[in-house]
Amino acid sequence: MSAGPLSSRFDRRADVLVGGLIVLVGVLVPLLNLLTPVDSPLHLSTYTVTLVGKYLCYALLALAVDLVWGYCGILSLGHGAFFALGGYAMGMYLMRQIGDRGVYGNADLPDFMVFLNWDSLPWYWHGFEHFPFAMAMVLLVPGLLAFVFGWFAFRSRVTGVYLSIITQALTYALLLAFFRNEMGFGGNNGLTDFKDLLGFDLKADSTRCALFAASALALLGGYALCRTIVNSKLGRVVVAIRDAEDRARFIGYRVEHFKVWIFTLSAVLAGIAGALYVPQVGIINPGEFSPLNSIELVIWVAVGGRGTLYGAIIGALTVNFAKTLFTGALPELWLFVLGAMFVLVTLLLPRGIAGLLKRGEAA
Amino acid sequence: MSTTPDTPLDASTWWEAFVSENSAYAPRHAAGPDPSQGAMLYLEDITVSFDGFRALNELTLYIEPGELRCIIGPNGAGKSTMMDVITGKTRPDKGVAFFGHQLDLLKLSEPEIAQSGIGRKFQKPTVFEQLPVFVNLELACRGPRGVWRTLGARLSSEERDRIDSTLNLIGLSAQRLQRAGALSHGQKQWLEIGMLLMQEPRLLLIDEPVAGMTHEETERTAELLVSLAGERSVVVVEHDMEFVRSIARKVTVLHEGSVLAEGDMDRIQSDPRVIEVYLGA
Repeated sequence: MSAGPLSSRFDRRADVLVGGLIVLVGVLVPLLNLLTPVDSPLHLSTYTVTLVGKYLCYALLALAVDLVWGYCGILSLGHGAFFALGGYAMGMYLMRQIGDRGVYGNADLPDFMVFLNWDSLPWYWHGFEHFPFAMAMVLLVPGLLAFVFGWFAFRSRVTGVYLSIITQALTYALLLAFFRNEMGFGGNNGLTDFKDLLGFDLKADSTRCALFAASALALLGGYALCRTIVNSKLGRVVVAIRDAEDRARFIGYRVEHFKVWIFTLSAVLAGIAGALYVPQVGIINPGEFSPLNSIELVIWVAVGGRGTLYGAIIGALTVNFAKTLFTGALPELWLFVLGAMFVLVTLLLPRGIAGLLKRGEAA
Repeated sequence: MSTTPDTPLDASTWWEAFVSENSAYAPRHAAGPDPSQGAMLYLEDITVSFDGFRALNELTLYIEPGELRCIIGPNGAGKSTMMDVITGKTRPDKGVAFFGHQLDLLKLSEPEIAQSGIGRKFQKPTVFEQLPVFVNLELACRGPRGVWRTLGARLSSEERDRIDSTLNLIGLSAQRLQRAGALSHGQKQWLEIGMLLMQEPRLLLIDEPVAGMTHEETERTAELLVSLAGERSVVVVEHDMEFVRSIARKVTVLHEGSVLAEGDMDRIQSDPRVIEVYLGA
C-alpha cells in the first residue's frame, strides 16, 4: 500500500525483467567475447562489445534524465553537459596516464599543450594523475555545477520552458568554452589518444570487457538507486511537486530543496555515465556539449516512456540501436527518422514504449 | 489567476532553513502560534499595491481562536491578495501580520508558514492528481519536511490511523486507492480540505469551497466547515450568500482593499453601504 502509485505490479515485473537483462548482458557479452574462438558463430567482436557498452552508458544517462523529467517534471535540455563533464574528468586522468608515450614524448604535458607551446601544466590539471582524485572529480564537477545552477534557477522559481531554455544555454556556453584552446582542454580536438587505465591497456579485449561490465554494473546500481528514491516518500513528494508545485509548497515542503537535490543527484549519475563512456569510445571532445545531444537524449526517454525508469533504459537502447542501423545504411536520413520518432511517439504514444507494453498487459 | 510576483528568500535565510530542516534542531515556527494573549491572526494596516493599484489598502483584521469567519466582497476587493499575504506568497508594502502573538508572518517563507500551522485551500481544487487519495493525505501529514528525512520516512501506524480517520471525515474511504485526478470536482475539494487537516493547522484559509458543487455537496461542505471550527480558526472566502448565511456567525465585507463592514449576517445585509457596493445595484 505505502509503495505508492509508481510501483504497480507491472512496474515491479518490468524492474525484475530489465534488471535481469542488464545482469545477463553484463555477464554474457564479455564472456562471449573473451571465451569463444574468433571464428565461432557465438563470438562477439570487440567492436560489438564497445558498441553495446556505449549504449549502456547512454541508458544510465537516460535514467538520470528520467529522474528529473519523468518524476520531478524538470525538463532539462542540458543534461549532456553533465555527461560531458564527467567524461572530461575521466579524459584528463587518461591523458595524464599517457606520460611520455605521446607524439612529443613530453612526460609532464599532454600533446596538445606542447603543441600550444605551454611550458607547464595549468593548476586545474593537477591531481588528475591520481585515479581516486579523478573519480572524485567525475562526481563532484557535474554535481557542483548542477547544485549551483539548480540553487539559482529553482530558488528564483524558474520553471517550465524558461528552465529548459537556460539549461540549453548552459550546455551551449560550455560547448563554446571547451572549444577554446586557451581553456586547456584540448580545444575542438578534445582529449584522445588514450593508452591505458589503471595500467591496463585500453586496446586489450580484457580491458574493454571490464569496462563493459563496469558500465552494466553502474547502470544496474543507478537503476536500483533511482528505484529506491522513487519508491520512498521522497519520491512521492517529488511527484507531488511535479503535479502541483504550489500545493506542495503550501503544505510545507520546500520545493526548491527537493528540486536541487534531485537535479544534483541526476547530474552525478550523468557524470558517471560520461566517465564510463570516454575510455570505451577513446575520445571526448566539445561536441558532447552540443545542445542537440541533450535534446536527443530527452527523445530517448520520451520514446521509452518517462516516469518509469525502465522506459528510459528501453528508450535509450532502442533509439541508439536504430541510430546505429540507420547511420550505417542511410546516414543522411537519421535526423529525419529521429524527428519522426519523436513526433509519432508524442502523438500516438504519450507514455512511450513502456506505456504501450503496459496497455498490452492490461488488455 | 493572480499575477503576484513570487518572492524568493535571500540566500542566508534559505541556507538556515536548509540546515534547520535537515537537522534535529527545531526552528521557532515549528512550535506554532501562541494565541494565549488574544487573537489567532492579526493583520494591521496591510497595504499591497501592484503597479499603482492598491489591492489591499490598510487592511486591519483580527481572527479569534476557534472562530469561523466568512469574508465576502466583490471581485477585486482583495480577498485573494489577503490570503497571499497571510501565507507568504505576497509581501505587503507595509503593515503587520502576526500568527498568534509571537510569529511574524512577514519574516517566514511559505513552507515555514505552512509548517507553523496555517493551511490554505485554493480556489481551484489543487491536489496531486497522479497520486492516490491515500498518498495525497500521507504527504500532507504533519511531520518532518526535509529532503533527507523524507527519503528515510516510514509511515507509522499512528499516521495511518490519522489518514484513515480523515478519509472517513471527508467521505473518501472507498476511494483511498484511486488516483486523485479521477475524483469528481466536489471530491477533490474535500480531499484538499482533508489534506489541510492532516497538517493539523491552527488556522484554515478556505477560498470558495463550494464553487461548482451540487446543492447536496454544498450542504455537506457547510456541515464539515462548521465542525472544523472550534478546535481551529477557519476563514472562508465565498461568493455564495446562501452558503455564507448557513455557516457564518461573523461576516467581514471587503471593498477596495479594506474592511467595509463587519458583524453578523443580518446586520451586514441591512447595512446600506454594503447594499450599495455588493448586494445592491
